[in-house]
Amino acid sequence: MIPALFAVSAPTLVRLTPIDMVIVGFYFALVLAIGFYLKQKANTSEDFFLAGREMTAWIAGLAFLSANLGALELMGWAAAAYQYGILATHWYWIGAIPAMLFLGIVMMPFYYISKTHSVPGYLKLRFGEGSRTLSSISFAFMTVLMSGINMYSMALVMKVVLGWDIHFSIWVSSITVAVYVALGGLRSAIFNEVLQFVLIWAGALLIPILGLIETGGWTNLKAQIAHNASTEYTHLWGTLGRFDGNPMGIHWTGIVLGLGWVISFGYWTTDFLVVQRVLSAKDLRSAKLAPIIGATFKMIVPFIVILPGLLGLAVLPMKLTGEGAAVASGGHSYNEVLPLMLARYCGPGLLGLGITALIAGFMSGMAGNVTAFSTVWTYDIYGALINKKATDSQKVVMGRWCTILGVLISIGTAYLVMQFLSIMDYVQALFSFFIAPLFGTVLLGMLWKRATPKGGFWGLLSGTLSSVGMWAWVKVNPKALSYVALSPNAKDMAENMYRALWSWIVCVAVTVAVSYMTKAKPEAELDGLVYGITSVPTEGGVPLYKRPIFWAVAVSLVFFVLNIIFW
Amino acid sequence: MATHREISIWFFIGVALFVNGVLIFGAGIYELIRPPEVRVVLYQLHANVWWGAILSIFGALYCVKFRPRPEADKMVDEENSVKDARITMK
Repeated sequence: MIPALFAVSAPTLVRLTPIDMVIVGFYFALVLAIGFYLKQKANTSEDFFLAGREMTAWIAGLAFLSANLGALELMGWAAAAYQYGILATHWYWIGAIPAMLFLGIVMMPFYYISKTHSVPGYLKLRFGEGSRTLSSISFAFMTVLMSGINMYSMALVMKVVLGWDIHFSIWVSSITVAVYVALGGLRSAIFNEVLQFVLIWAGALLIPILGLIETGGWTNLKAQIAHNASTEYTHLWGTLGRFDGNPMGIHWTGIVLGLGWVISFGYWTTDFLVVQRVLSAKDLRSAKLAPIIGATFKMIVPFIVILPGLLGLAVLPMKLTGEGAAVASGGHSYNEVLPLMLARYCGPGLLGLGITALIAGFMSGMAGNVTAFSTVWTYDIYGALINKKATDSQKVVMGRWCTILGVLISIGTAYLVMQFLSIMDYVQALFSFFIAPLFGTVLLGMLWKRATPKGGFWGLLSGTLSSVGMWAWVKVNPKALSYVALSPNAKDMAENMYRALWSWIVCVAVTVAVSYMTKAKPEAELDGLVYGITSVPTEGGVPLYKRPIFWAVAVSLVFFVLNIIFW
Repeated sequence: MATHREISIWFFIGVALFVNGVLIFGAGIYELIRPPEVRVVLYQLHANVWWGAILSIFGALYCVKFRPRPEADKMVDEENSVKDARITMK
């Protein structure tokens, strides 16, 4: 879900004053203090890996969103908004809101009632050990690799923006995350994610406010963008009728089916990085409400991410370019739009808070990766394959060591990427291979009682392999893009959308076909796992305004209205 | 002697907002007294003064509302929340 963010060329963009350094230093001290304070609360495996299942809907919901709101997410999508215009908003609205609401209302009861510790754990209960092993190993390794890539990218950003030494950024931020997660487990990660969420807003909110004041409001901003770029940059749907009618080279079918259905639902409902936060909720109603609260805030994130990119199109005196052109000309790239806007409006103190917001975003994303890795490793690899008789205290010890190990592997990946930059492309593609088919497997597992263990395993495997195959096909023969993405004009993002869609279809088709050829599980074994067999507690005694479905409908209405306003 | 309950996450957030707000407000006041030679766009709005003040006020409110309290106070809170607990599904 993060566009590639490469670093660059230009000299230091901003210079911090002593007061800015104090603000950044205070942030590091506070997150470490929280970690040390919460160490006493992480004694059992339930405490360490699922925060004791004691989180309120608000805390679980904000952590659910914050784990995804990394610094590269902020800077990458601001850059995408400068490059592609308001189309980038689709990744926050249709690319997130329906899936988050679906997770809360439809899928959460099964995750929660089954009392699983992880998404691979659910696959074990529903489809057996083969599916769990396949998904847990791929998820664990891809997670730490992605964490390392993000770490490297962030260190590079710090070098470009602040002139910080790349090794200093990598080690200081990683050790800080390792300390507070190893001490307090998921509870510490969640507490810090909520803190980071608030700081991101406190640090980034001024840019759109001041930007709109400078441009004279939304109408004037659109007029300036039309003058500097094109009117296509401010339409969300109106330009998606043709592949060549918009800056992204994508058709509305790719946005709706590829992004809005497969990629979005795959990421938000099956990626354990985010689902783990919701599993920490104190009861089922909180678990259902948490993604809805997350969706509410997700809808307004474009205000601090997309709008600064659009404002950059209107007010920045220089023209930003791609990485290659920026390096050649010594100018600025798309990826620098957010720091440039930060430097434009923020004086001493505010600049420190803005930089703190970026660092906080990076650390919340990394903590999310590391906690998900340690949980999946401990429960689904160590506990399932290596030491099946592990005691509770052994799992906690393993979780703490895995946290440190995960950070060290991430650091190793960061240094590997530093030597071989092209690895970044490959690993990001690898991660996307697993998301879409996994969604097909989990969805059929939850909604179709006839799906069999063999069907689930072969569907997941064939969906993943077909995704790898399509990616390799386009790499070897670029003309294959016309078949995979339905157009030779499709850009990288459009290719990702369609590849995800095809791999999901392959996964579902194979799962259905194999299931009809193999023996289904008895219904008694599917209780708590499948729709129609599981008795989900009713909300009869709960007032309407406290029911998750009420708020899901309200969020849906706002979602539709926003899409129409910015059509 | 009263024991203390778990410190709320909202208290930590209050501390973060208050400390950052005070530092930003102070930096803004310093800029008012000694205006810098190189100024940011819209400097005349003095964003660091009013944004710092807003953060400080919100931070202070959160610090007070969610401050760590003795166990005795927790009992009162728990009695007040019984009604909510009844409608919470387990």
